[in-house]
Amino acid sequence: MAEEVAVSDAMAVERTLAGDRDAYRVLVERHSRTVYRMANRMMGNAHDAEDVVQESFLRAYQKLKQFAGNANFGTWVYRIAANYAIDRIRQRNTDEARRERPSKPGEDSLEVDPLSQVRDTSPSPERLAGSSQLAERMKAALAELSPAERTAIVMRHWDGCGIEEIAAVLNSNSNATKNTVFRAVQKLRRALTPFLEGREARAMGTEG
Amino acid sequence: MKHRTEEELIAYRYGEMKERKAIAAHLKECAECRDELARIEAVFAALDAMPVPDPGEDYGERVWRRIAPRLTEKQPRWWESHFVPQRLVALGGVVALVILSFVAGRWTRQPPPIGEQAGAAKVRERVLVVAVGEHLGRTEMVLMELENTPAQKGQKAIHISETQRRAEDLVEENRLYRQTALKEGDQVMANTLDELERVLLDIANSPEELTPAAFETIRKRIEEQGLLFKVRVVKQGLDERRANPDAKPAEGNSRGTERKKV
Repeated sequence: MAEEVAVSDAMAVERTLAGDRDAYRVLVERHSRTVYRMANRMMGNAHDAEDVVQESFLRAYQKLKQFAGNANFGTWVYRIAANYAIDRIRQRNTDEARRERPSKPGEDSLEVDPLSQVRDTSPSPERLAGSSQLAERMKAALAELSPAERTAIVMRHWDGCGIEEIAAVLNSNSNATKNTVFRAVQKLRRALTPFLEGREARAMGTEG
Repeated sequence: MKHRTEEELIAYRYGEMKERKAIAAHLKECAECRDELARIEAVFAALDAMPVPDPGEDYGERVWRRIAPRLTEKQPRWWESHFVPQRLVALGGVVALVILSFVAGRWTRQPPPIGEQAGAAKVRERVLVVAVGEHLGRTEMVLMELENTPAQKGQKAIHISETQRRAEDLVEENRLYRQTALKEGDQVMANTLDELERVLLDIANSPEELTPAAFETIRKRIEEQGLLFKVRVVKQGLDERRANPDAKPAEGNSRGTERKKV
């Protein structure tokens, strides 16, 4: 009880609930960057990612009483952010669909990343070369994933979340979630195949 | 030779396949599946090669500056902070305690004031004894479950999500009973509940998949503090008090100090 140096998350939550609004600052400063990384990968651009981060911390503050130290605050706000990002992507897709008639008959699995639209005007020769070209391709391929698939790949691959954790965000069961991860990887693979052929040899030898 | 499917190889790469050994053995034998895995691996490598979004060191501070004006000061009203579904069950117990104390107060109105106070206190104590006894029973189950969770050799993660959920519910109950025990001046019970609360919080706040080392730490803590034993002793004391309400509480029960109203 004597430790005042490093305020634990649980303590910061208690203090915030007790009326000390500034105690929430500790939580915001501690977890913003992790949430931002996820949000950026989900949304595909910094602007939307920042919106997601701010809105998530606001929502977490409003719902803090429901949380009340029951789990890990970082995990909790991360989940709020992931759910909010999914909603934003869906909304973005609907807006896009309204603006331009879809060229393919798919439903919400088709989405257009604003970044890919902004940047496709005239890619510089440097960007087209080597790995940056692959990165551009990857960005476009990620934008083609459904919101659930994108969530699954961001959480599973980059953030190392377990299947159960992803299932909780997607409101799904673990088998269906495993399948979503698989579909996401499969789609990325199909989209990147022409660019990856030259790299296969280097990727060999992972399993002895 | 039967080749492994793309789905199996992706799951294998993410460490999700149960038959890892069999797949690894197959990969040693089968060049075709090895090539397939290498192609999958290239996708993973491309994902890894994507730049890590970094908003800068001071990002948290910037977020705070932006949202702070929109955060309204929270009012620390006790009834509000308890008006949460998870807490309602435990709160229900305490409310019942208050109502019963009130009713007891009315029923025992005829005897002289000293007897009146004693009667109400007795009912209050009885309700607390029953409620806490049941709570301890549930806590004991959670601790026992953890004690008996088998950790196999070479196991990478131990799943405790189910136990965790129950621990989360118990934390709320526990907190309220501890506060009530403190108000009632029952120091022994309050202390035991305090120790329990910390372990329950540890369990509730752990990741759903624990590493064997993290799991062992929690288990050790339960063992070192003799928590199961303490729970059983207090529970047994409560059972006796329930069976024989007139008996004196166990020693160390520092009642007799002035009792605040519940």
